[in-house]
Amino acid sequence: MNKTISNFLKGIIKENPVLVLVLGTCPTLATSTSVINALGMGAAATVVLLCSNVVISALRKVIPDKVRIPCYIVLIAGFVTMVQMLVKAYAPDLDKSLGIYLPLIVVNCIILGRAEMFANKNNVFDSAIDALGMGVGFTLALFCMATIREVFGNGTFAGIEIPVLIDNHISILTMAPGGFFVFGLLIAAVNKFGKYKPKKKDFGCEGCPNSEGCSKTSCEKDGKEAAVND
Amino acid sequence: MTKFIVILLSAVFINNYVLSRFLGICPFLGVSKKLDSATGMSLAVIFVMLMATAATWPIQKFLLDPNGLGYLQTIVFILVIAALVQLVEIVLKRYIPSLHKSLGVYLPLITTNCAVLGVTILNIDAGYSFAEAMVNSLGSGLGFFLAMVMFSGVRSTIEGSDIPESFKGLPVTLTAAAITSLSFLGFSGVIENLFPM
Repeated sequence: MNKTISNFLKGIIKENPVLVLVLGTCPTLATSTSVINALGMGAAATVVLLCSNVVISALRKVIPDKVRIPCYIVLIAGFVTMVQMLVKAYAPDLDKSLGIYLPLIVVNCIILGRAEMFANKNNVFDSAIDALGMGVGFTLALFCMATIREVFGNGTFAGIEIPVLIDNHISILTMAPGGFFVFGLLIAAVNKFGKYKPKKKDFGCEGCPNSEGCSKTSCEKDGKEAAVND
Repeated sequence: MTKFIVILLSAVFINNYVLSRFLGICPFLGVSKKLDSATGMSLAVIFVMLMATAATWPIQKFLLDPNGLGYLQTIVFILVIAALVQLVEIVLKRYIPSLHKSLGVYLPLITTNCAVLGVTILNIDAGYSFAEAMVNSLGSGLGFFLAMVMFSGVRSTIEGSDIPESFKGLPVTLTAAAITSLSFLGFSGVIENLFPM
């Protein structure tokens, strides 16, 4: 029981995919312009992550080791297509505002990373819990960023106007530079107040399915370490 | 002709993939430390983007759309890109070893780069013709190149400076990226004024 809880919690705090492992940066920056978008993206990614983790963990003894990455990609792409169709049918507004970033969940590092790091080594139940933890962690990080960007950048929270801020909003925060800036500040805050020391390496390699092959080449030596997915 | 120039310039400057659309952030943050690796990575991305567009556009128009299989777009595109990257690597290794030497390390890493999948899907979404799609891919690749090269210059300056402890590593890189991206905001509106449609 304890193991289950810690499995779930590690994704939220200790190994938060966005703020600690620094995976999935593209959707984080792109969809955190408003709270609704962030929650939609978080939910979509969580569903895909949960389905892919469960199926991959159930098939972990069937899939040959050599072709596992292509297999995972096909499975993930299948689930992404399903989620895409569901969102299109039941939440067309969300589909419009997420746009290109919805199909791009396929190449989200977090999903392939969890499949490679966790689901192919653990049983179905643990993998599902891990996926839920990671998904919630991803959604929470997106929610934090989106709250900062929408409240200060647009003067609204999930579309509701905030009295003073609506007249004094800093619109640059909802634009591209604001995304980089707020993300940088959040990670700096995690470094400062978290009890985890700032990482020596400035970019996470551990979650990447390519890291094994990558470190065999010159990756570690000259900073090519993160030339990976997302 | 004007249309192609507009597509090219807006892909490079205004809708820059990295700095305003947030696609391909991982290589942008990971490989931009040194100028030569940044150049190598960007050239590989330009190359793969062009190849991927050349392969996926006809597939969508002549295979998926006429058969009502448009919903398979995501699966088919990612598989085509993955296969293509493998193929390109094998061909380069066999016939142009010198190019393979300079681009080879980056090729496998590009498969799941979201800028490549992004450009192929965006080309379809925008309803471009084949030539327009190729020009847009070239522009997107060049925009990626420009961002990478500029940013590697910015980073070499950061390297030697005194940074607060909690900002070391990624936070200061992201803050620098914010300022670089700010410079690209200045381009918005330029195209409309240059080429009034």
